[in-house]
Amino acid sequence: MTILHPLRTGAVSLLALAFATVTPALPANAQVTPPPLTAPTSAPTSAPQGGGPLEVDVTGGISAPMPIAIPAMPTPAVASTPAGSTDTLGRQLSEIIANDLRNSGLFTPLPPAQLRAVVVPEVTAPAFDYWGGSGAQALVQGYIRANGDGSLTVGCYLYDVSARTELTRQGFVVPPSDWRRAAHKCADTVYQRLTGEGPYFDSRVAYISETGPKGNRIKRLAIMDQDGANHRFLTTGSAIALTPRFAPNQQSIVYMSYVGKAPSIYVYDIGSGRQRLVVQNVATTFAPRFSPDGRWILFSMATGGNTDLYRVPAAGGSPQRLTNSPGIDTGGSYSPDGSRIVFESDRSGGQQLYVMNADGSNQQRISFGGGRYATPVWSPRGDLIAFTKIAGAFRIGIMSPGGSGEKLLTNSWQDEGPSWSPNGRVLMFYRAGRGSAGKADLWSVDLTGVNERRVPTPLDGSDPGWGPLRP
Amino acid sequence: MARLTTTLLLATALAATAACSKKRPEVLPPAPGEAPAATPAPGAPPTDGVAPGSAADFRRSITSDTVNFGLDQADVDATARTILDSQAEWLQRYPNVRIQLEGHADERGTREYNLALGDRRANAAKNYLAAKGIAASRITTISYGKERPLALGSDEESWAQNRRAVTVAVTN
Repeated sequence: MTILHPLRTGAVSLLALAFATVTPALPANAQVTPPPLTAPTSAPTSAPQGGGPLEVDVTGGISAPMPIAIPAMPTPAVASTPAGSTDTLGRQLSEIIANDLRNSGLFTPLPPAQLRAVVVPEVTAPAFDYWGGSGAQALVQGYIRANGDGSLTVGCYLYDVSARTELTRQGFVVPPSDWRRAAHKCADTVYQRLTGEGPYFDSRVAYISETGPKGNRIKRLAIMDQDGANHRFLTTGSAIALTPRFAPNQQSIVYMSYVGKAPSIYVYDIGSGRQRLVVQNVATTFAPRFSPDGRWILFSMATGGNTDLYRVPAAGGSPQRLTNSPGIDTGGSYSPDGSRIVFESDRSGGQQLYVMNADGSNQQRISFGGGRYATPVWSPRGDLIAFTKIAGAFRIGIMSPGGSGEKLLTNSWQDEGPSWSPNGRVLMFYRAGRGSAGKADLWSVDLTGVNERRVPTPLDGSDPGWGPLRP
Repeated sequence: MARLTTTLLLATALAATAACSKKRPEVLPPAPGEAPAATPAPGAPPTDGVAPGSAADFRRSITSDTVNFGLDQADVDATARTILDSQAEWLQRYPNVRIQLEGHADERGTREYNLALGDRRANAAKNYLAAKGIAASRITTISYGKERPLALGSDEESWAQNRRAVTVAVTN
C-alpha cells in the first residue's frame, strides 16, 4: 500500500476555491508518486538497443509522425462511478490520449484493430514481442481504479518498444468530474518525454460562440477544454461578447461586452458567474489582456476618435495611459516576463507592430514588411510574436520580438486573431468564410505550418483565447 | 385587417398609459383615423402621422441617416457633408433631440482595429455636426466595428456600404 502524496498543493487550493460549494475538500488533480499497482518494476532492464534514444523531431513536423500504441486501460476491479463504469472509462481514456497525440501532428496512434487487449498485470510488464511486431515505436499503457473515497486513480506508463524500456510513469488522482483531465495529463507526459517540448493538452480555451445571420450575429462567451470537450456557454447572447482572455490563475476571464449598449471590458468570474466592469464608463474600452502576473489589465480606450493603450490594476483603480500617439494603438500583448508589451498602431499610416516597455516607454516599430500587421501575441516561451498579416488575404504569421524571421503559417481568405498554446508550439485562430453565408470557425496550426486542423465547436466560433496549462 | 386595427388601438392605449405616468409629451400622437396634427413646426414638411421632432420625422426629413467612408478612412467627403448638413438643419430645429452616431467598418479589417476605426468614423461625423453648431453634449457615439454589417456580401460594393456612420435620433 502506497500513500498518495499530492505534489502540487496549488492545484488543490485553486480547484477547491472554484468548486467550493460543491466539493469542499477533495484533492482535485493531484499528481502522485509512481502509481501503486503491483510491486514496483525492476530497474530498466537494458540500455536502448540500436540507434539513439527515442525522440520526436518537432521541427520536421508532419514528415514522420511517430507510430504509437495506446491500448485501452484496464481496471483492477470494474466499478461504477459518477463518470461511468471504470472499464468504459479505461477505453475512453486511451481514446482521449490518442486524440491529443494525433492532433499534435507528431504522432500516429495505431488503429484499434492493431491494438491488443491489455490485462492489469501487463501494464507494468508489456508484451514487447507483440508490440515490436505492431510497427509502434512507443507504447502507452495505464490503468484506472476507483478509490474508496470516491476519487479515481489513473496510472500512465510510457515504453520504448524497440529498447524494451520504461521511459516514464505518472499517476493522477482526480475527482470523477475531472476524469478527462487525467487523460490529458497522461498525453502531456508522453508528449513532453518524447518531444522535449512543454505540455499543453490539459488546458482550456475561452472563445466566442457565434450563430445567426451575418448582419445580426449572436455572440456568446463560451469555454471548453482544448479538445472541445466540457463545452459551456457563459453568457446568453443578449449582448455581443468579444475577445475573451483567461486570467493567469484561470479563475476569471476578461472580455468585452456590449451589454447596455455601452461597449466595455468586464471580468467574468468562472466559479460564481459574476461579472465586474473593469473601468467605470468614460468611453469605449476593448482589447483587454491580463499581465502575466495577473496584477494588471492592459486594454484600449477610444475617446474622440483616438485610441490608446492603458493599463489598470486588475483589482480596480485608475487607468494609466501608456501610449499617446494620434492614431489607433490597440491589440496589446505582454511578454511572458511582463516587462514589455507588443501592440499594433497605425501611427505610420497602416497597422504595424511595435514593442514598448510595460510602462509605455521606448516604443519601437518591429514590422517592416509589405502589407499591414495586426493582433500581435507574444509567445509564452518569449521567443516569437504571432500576428495577423493583411496583404490581400488575412494570414497567421510569426516573427521574432525584434522583427526578424517572419514566417506565414496559414494561407486562407481570412484568418485572424492567433492565440498561443501554453507551450508556445501551436496557435489557435479563427477563419472566416466569404459572402452572406460566410461563417467563422476555430482552427489551429503548429509552428511548422503543416499541421493545420479545425477545432470542433457546437456552433461557429471566433476570438479564441487559449488558457494556461492547468495545475 | 381586424388584427391590424387591434394592434393600432393597443399601441395608442399603451402610448396613452405611458403619457399618464410620465410628463406630458410635447407632441401628442395623432388619434387613429384622424388627420395629422395641424401645426407642424415652422419650415417642416407636412406630416402624415409622423410626429414632428420624432425619430421617424428625423429619418424622413434628412437626405440620409448614413454617411460612407473610404477604405481605412474616416474623412467626411462632399457627399457625406451634404447628408450631415441636412441632419444639422433638422437638429437645429429640434434642439431637445439628442442623437447617437454609430460607427461601422467592413469585414476586411481585424476585429479590434475595426472597433477603433468605427469610433473614429462616428467621431468624424460628430465633429462635423458640432462644427455646424450642434452641441457636442447632444451627441453620443458607439462603435460596432465589423459586428453589424449592412450588406452581407464579400465584395467591394458591400464593403463600401458597410464603412459607415449612422445617425440615430434619440427621443425622450
